[in-house]
Amino acid sequence: MLWRDWRGGELRILAIALVIAVTSVTSVGFFIDRVERGLNQQAAELIAADLVISSSRQINADYVRNAEQRGLTLANLTRFRSVVVAKDQPQLAEVKAVTEHYPLRGELRIADVPYGEDRVSHTIPAPGEVWVEPKLLQTLNLQVGEKLQLGASSFTITQVLAYEPDRGGDMFSVAPRVLMHADDVAATRLITTGALVNHRLLLGGERTAIDDYRAYVKQRLQPGERVLSVKEGRPELRAALDRAQRFLGLSALISVLLAGVAVATAARRFAQRHLDTSAMLRCLGATQRSIIRMFSLEMLWLALIASSVGCALGLLTQMGITRILDQLLLISLPAPSLQPLVLGYATGVILLLGFALPPLLALKHVPPLRVLRRDQTGAPVRAGLVYLGVLLSMGVLLYWQIGELQLVTYVVLGMLATLMVLAVAAYGLIKLMNRLRQRVGVAWRFGLANIARRPGSSVIQIVAFGLGIMVLLLLSTVRNDLLNDWSRSLPADAPNHFLINVQPDQVAEIQAFFDQQGVHKPQLYPMVRARLMQINDRKVSTDDYESDRAKHMVTREFNLSWAAKPQVDNTIVAGKWWQTTDHGKGLLSLEARLANTLGIKLNDRVSFDINGALREFTISNLREVDWDTFNINFFTVVPPGVLEQDPASWVTSLYLDPQQKRQLSQLVKRYPNVTVIDVAAIMDRVRSIMDKVVMAVEFIFLFTLLAGLAVLYAAIQANQDERRFESAVLRTLGARRPVLMRGLIAEFITLGALAGLLAGLAATALAWVLAAQVFHFPYQFNPIIGLAGIGVGIAIVGIAGVLGTRTVLTQPPVVSLRQGT
Amino acid sequence: MDNVETMESSQSQSQLQPHSESFVQAIQLGKWVNTSEGPLTILDDINFSIPTGTSVAVLGASGSGKTTLLGLLAGLDVPTEGQVVINGQDLGAMDEDGRALLRADTIGFVFQNFQLLNGLTALENVMLPLELAGAGNPREQAAEFMTRVGLGDRLSHYPNQLSGGEQQRCAIARAFAAQPKLLFADEPTGNLDQQTGKRIIDLLFDLNHELGTTLIMATHDETLAEHCDRRLHLDSGRLVKPDESITDVGC
Repeated sequence: MLWRDWRGGELRILAIALVIAVTSVTSVGFFIDRVERGLNQQAAELIAADLVISSSRQINADYVRNAEQRGLTLANLTRFRSVVVAKDQPQLAEVKAVTEHYPLRGELRIADVPYGEDRVSHTIPAPGEVWVEPKLLQTLNLQVGEKLQLGASSFTITQVLAYEPDRGGDMFSVAPRVLMHADDVAATRLITTGALVNHRLLLGGERTAIDDYRAYVKQRLQPGERVLSVKEGRPELRAALDRAQRFLGLSALISVLLAGVAVATAARRFAQRHLDTSAMLRCLGATQRSIIRMFSLEMLWLALIASSVGCALGLLTQMGITRILDQLLLISLPAPSLQPLVLGYATGVILLLGFALPPLLALKHVPPLRVLRRDQTGAPVRAGLVYLGVLLSMGVLLYWQIGELQLVTYVVLGMLATLMVLAVAAYGLIKLMNRLRQRVGVAWRFGLANIARRPGSSVIQIVAFGLGIMVLLLLSTVRNDLLNDWSRSLPADAPNHFLINVQPDQVAEIQAFFDQQGVHKPQLYPMVRARLMQINDRKVSTDDYESDRAKHMVTREFNLSWAAKPQVDNTIVAGKWWQTTDHGKGLLSLEARLANTLGIKLNDRVSFDINGALREFTISNLREVDWDTFNINFFTVVPPGVLEQDPASWVTSLYLDPQQKRQLSQLVKRYPNVTVIDVAAIMDRVRSIMDKVVMAVEFIFLFTLLAGLAVLYAAIQANQDERRFESAVLRTLGARRPVLMRGLIAEFITLGALAGLLAGLAATALAWVLAAQVFHFPYQFNPIIGLAGIGVGIAIVGIAGVLGTRTVLTQPPVVSLRQGT
Repeated sequence: MDNVETMESSQSQSQLQPHSESFVQAIQLGKWVNTSEGPLTILDDINFSIPTGTSVAVLGASGSGKTTLLGLLAGLDVPTEGQVVINGQDLGAMDEDGRALLRADTIGFVFQNFQLLNGLTALENVMLPLELAGAGNPREQAAEFMTRVGLGDRLSHYPNQLSGGEQQRCAIARAFAAQPKLLFADEPTGNLDQQTGKRIIDLLFDLNHELGTTLIMATHDETLAEHCDRRLHLDSGRLVKPDESITDVGC
């Protein structure tokens, strides 16, 4: 039965539409699944454990005892900054003292010589020994096997430290690492009262045990103590992944919906063509139930086969996406799990049942009398039933993809509204185009008439293609426009280099260096790293915030700077900047947008953890900052005389022409700790990242376009008989093949042009909204977008449409004598 | 396929002696199709010649081959053997597009099922043959014919907004609009009630006389056939009681 119907053509379209939908859903599913699990793995590595308790004091002994009772694996870690001395040369270093079992997640890698071949180490430095980063050996001109002095003790360097999992990608911590055994710390006498030390308890174990333990500790946390877990690792990547998941999920869903339209169209024709079979079967005594069962079984088989093909293709596509994004993600991805397969099969079955079953169900109402009288069609397919099925399936699929009921409601309403606007616009365009009919030749009139006579079907095709072309335009042309407009909005002499990690004693020398090179003497700004702990005595937590930005900003490290005067591009919007008499007071100037995001108001009190100690500040004013200038600016600024005693690094930004840029290598040689950031290089990197992300997204949107094609073919198939017949009549009346061909071309070129025009308009509108609302700069309208849309529409729809209908050209005209309309 | 036909018929072209006054000639016309039980003959050895301006009824029961004959004469279908000559031109010597060109210039049609194109207005339907034949002012000419068939107030209506009788009037306007020399009508009243059918026939013959068109009409209705100058009777694909006056083809 399945095979017999396959040759009818509609089942082929049903199957193709299903495969497209399932492929797009599973490829996104597989990809997200892999990245998600990769992130979790990596996050555990980043903190070298499943859970970490971080404190500015010795770790509470109760925590340790409790963890031991629960059977968790433990390791201790102590971090502090200190000067190491070798050959009478001092060098600031980040010291990390660890106990046995460190790291609990990830691995240490060591080498015998700097930058030599590295290997995994399953041990930690023995007492009396240290492992150091190559940078330290270079700066102090040391070899492995030589000694260095740390506080009151002397250590032998036994290995080069090539990689530690919890080193982090932080650009601002660049002092080289010294790794030592925890038992040696006391003898150095470096840890005295008031010393800036970070103590950490690393914990590993089963997920549930870790979750229980976290709940236990969270209730007992004291000021200065924090819990770090896998969930808190890399919040920016996690937020990006969440957004990507929604975005890709939604775009896959658009393909699914378009595929659904194709399925519904094809199913209706399938049902129509089976009216006779059903009537005959009924006549021969088949019950309504057995007819339903027959068609349902057939559909179920089709759904299973098509879903299997779709899942396999989804797996392949996902490999493609992963390949494109591999180097960007900077994480190694685990093999895909099987969970997205469930999603794939569910999509296939739901799609077919939701969109194809209603018209098929109507078959059971075919009266057996149809065998004698062909005009007996029985009860028509009830439109309400179809729409209900469609809406239900759509809701279920969305809920599956997004999981939040509120968001699902918004998305459904938003999508319906967008589709409605597009549909109304398409309908208007069709009516407008129809007026041209009076002024064109016979072929064009026939083509235009074909569009106008089936306005419903034409609107669906135009909207389906319009959506596909719109996203392509948005991704290609508009993205470039946005980037170019943004580049243009920067002044020509905007700083193009950043210098960071300048040590306090290097500030004057570096200013002098640029003075000598004839570069305008740069202003350097100090910054001290701090973590926001409390707002008005209330402990801050990501749970307090809804928006991703707020969650991200609250967890990131703040850089506190101090200044006597506000920066020139800053505007005080609330409160007052401090007077000289306020210097040394715990005041804070906060950037206005961040204040808004975090819900902090003037005169609120905020506490920061600065090197392990809690310090309180009162918000004395709010500032607006023009970030686009590339000048150095800070979210948080305090008066002079507050942070001078804390470990600070200095930063600056400056404009260097290509000539001056060559002097940079001298600077880097003289001050190896200073990091130079080339903005142009970063811009290039941003561009290449965007290109790659766009390429991956285009992969997904390709399915939207394919689904659009499926809609076109389903629509063509649905009225193929009528086309054939009319073509025969036209030939009888003396139309030659070229005339008929011109009619077809006219029809599909117009359809494509309308879809492209609509896509161009929609993409421009969206770009304008993005520029104004998200990126905050004026968008230059680009007429090319409209033309590109029309061009793409004409090319794709024109070619596909003519290819799909060209068989009507060979229809022998004698048919016109045999058939009725 | 077209090439082969062209070659075959060009061989026979030299032997062809078109009847001096005839507008339509069928010469040893035959059509059969291959079925699983061997060849099935639909038309066999049909010979006749129709002078310009004559009206001819092709009579016969359903299945007798009327429609097939009409299809062959109009060049809509290709005969298995024999020739059709229209206005001195051998249809077998042309390819499908050549025959289409001939139809656009010379032939009009009235069908049993009207065969109006649903996407076009009544006026646009009537304009079709005019435009295909490359006539000037198709809109004005078409509107004039619509008025002549009594549909002057229905120009912008779509076929599904017209009654059966109105649809056939529109089809007649379309058939005569390009003023063809030859008109085929296939059971033109088959789908109409008796009264409407009679009015349609009157209209058809009025226009036919007025324009001097050669008319070939397939019907099973003897009374309708009596309107015609001549009658051809088909039975199982053969001409019976041949009307001597038009089957006298010298070959």
